[in-house]
Amino acid sequence: MITTFVGKAVVLSNNIDTDQIYPGRYLSLIDPKEIGAHCLEGVDSAISPNFEKNGVVLAGSNFGCGSSREHAPIALLSMGASVVIAESFSRIFFRNAINLGLPLLTCKGANKRIRSGQMLEIDIMQGTIRVVETGEILLCDKIGEHAISILEAGGIKPLMRKRMGL
Amino acid sequence: MHAIEKILAKHAGKASVTTGEIIFAKIDFAEINDLYLQTVYSFMEMGGTKVWDNNKVAFVFDHYAPAPTIQSAKNQAEMREFAQKNAFKHHFDINAGVCHQVMVEAGIILPGRLIVATDSHTTTHGAFGAFGTGVGATDMATVLLTGELWFRVPEIVEIRIEGIPAKGVYPKDVVLHVLGKMKADGAVYKAIDFTGSYVNQLGPAGRMVLCNMAVEMGAKTAYMQPNKLVMDYVERVAAYPFEVSYTDPGYLYEQGYTFDVTHLSPQIAIPHSVDRVRSIEDVENVKVNQGFIGSCTGGRLEDFESAANILRGKKLPPFVRLVIIPASTKVLEQCMEKGILQELIQSGATLSTPGCGPCLGAHEGIIAPGEVCITASNRNFPGRMGSTDAGIYLASPATVAASVLNGHITDPRNYLT
Repeated sequence: MITTFVGKAVVLSNNIDTDQIYPGRYLSLIDPKEIGAHCLEGVDSAISPNFEKNGVVLAGSNFGCGSSREHAPIALLSMGASVVIAESFSRIFFRNAINLGLPLLTCKGANKRIRSGQMLEIDIMQGTIRVVETGEILLCDKIGEHAISILEAGGIKPLMRKRMGL
Repeated sequence: MHAIEKILAKHAGKASVTTGEIIFAKIDFAEINDLYLQTVYSFMEMGGTKVWDNNKVAFVFDHYAPAPTIQSAKNQAEMREFAQKNAFKHHFDINAGVCHQVMVEAGIILPGRLIVATDSHTTTHGAFGAFGTGVGATDMATVLLTGELWFRVPEIVEIRIEGIPAKGVYPKDVVLHVLGKMKADGAVYKAIDFTGSYVNQLGPAGRMVLCNMAVEMGAKTAYMQPNKLVMDYVERVAAYPFEVSYTDPGYLYEQGYTFDVTHLSPQIAIPHSVDRVRSIEDVENVKVNQGFIGSCTGGRLEDFESAANILRGKKLPPFVRLVIIPASTKVLEQCMEKGILQELIQSGATLSTPGCGPCLGAHEGIIAPGEVCITASNRNFPGRMGSTDAGIYLASPATVAASVLNGHITDPRNYLT
């Protein structure tokens, strides 16, 4: 499992719901590449085409609220997000993201202290964010043990395959 | 322990559970809707061939019923094939309705049962004293494989609602009021136990509205101790054995909130957030282009009855439309028997067949840029019903009816004597 990333921040507000992450009108798409092209279209359709690989999505509270759609973390992964950082996550989004191997970090106030476009160095296991430009280090909550075990396996699918003896 | 904790403990094969503990619980019923062909793909990627129990899984085709695109038709076709191959005992095709309504009517949702569905509004089933929670496609695939799922035992908060509001103020108004105070992140990851004199007298339909909207506060699940009205209903429809759970006397909630709804006015959530709630007096005169009565929140017999009471014998003004979609075929039949659908159609309503309709912006009443829809459904996020430049106002079915009748937001109490 890759646990450190360097990527550019895209900063969003509170209560970014799954309709904004992935609008309902695209729900019948199943190709991850096509899904990624519409990521965050409900916020700004310019985000996905300009998103750089390993970029960091950084938001306020209750990120991923609303519908249970797994398209939301699929879209973020396919767009190239390495990690999502927020003040808090909605429950279903949290499970979906971890199950698909998308790391999430919970960090109070990071969305107010970091600006879109700043380069960040993220350490998933240590739960740290380093702002390259200023050297400032922000501390996040550590990811729970159960979630780590899923992420380390590369998501719930490889974990289940192992359990099935495949 | 709380009744919710007892349900989790029982399904985890444990004598007790504590808040924050991770448990593996056996699932009583798993429902997958037609947005989630991915569940089948994930199941196969995990090495699955046959589901763990073909009497405990069902597909409900509701979000895209009947299929509006070739892609959604293909997704449903693949799901049908999987259901047939696995010999599912229950199957709800495009003629059934919204999952949270049809599962209730089929006697699947019963007190003490643990229900997961690939839909966030699975909190609805707390109305029957069941533990219901939404999961994603891949989470669901692990359920199909093993019959189990991991859960974090949630903190439980009490929302006590006292008093009986005046005529013209409905369960939707009550829950919008609560949501406006609790906010969209007011109960993230927590379980909500609704109590109090208001809840105690509510029947299944009203209870479903409150528990349904609990997820809009971020709740993992909702719960209401079954009353006689609920027990009479479940005993009539039950397709499985069940056992009611009870909270121990003196149980300490993580937090408690009390609301008195005696003097409540009709409530409206204004664009673009479910927790931007106003009393109707503050938003009257906002012009509306379309009304929608339907969905897992506002598509039951009681909802169409309250709308018909306002629209009976009257006509919608020109250039204003009202989309009505019964939540299930059973609801549609009940409304026809009572003549309600005929009355609404005579008033100028547009009827579509049971399903989620425009609630999530898939089809059957999508709105254009600059338009306003007043709706009995559950979400007003930007773009939820189509254009991100449209405005969605959440209200009770009666407020929707009164508003389309006037072409602007209108207090339904003006029409009730």
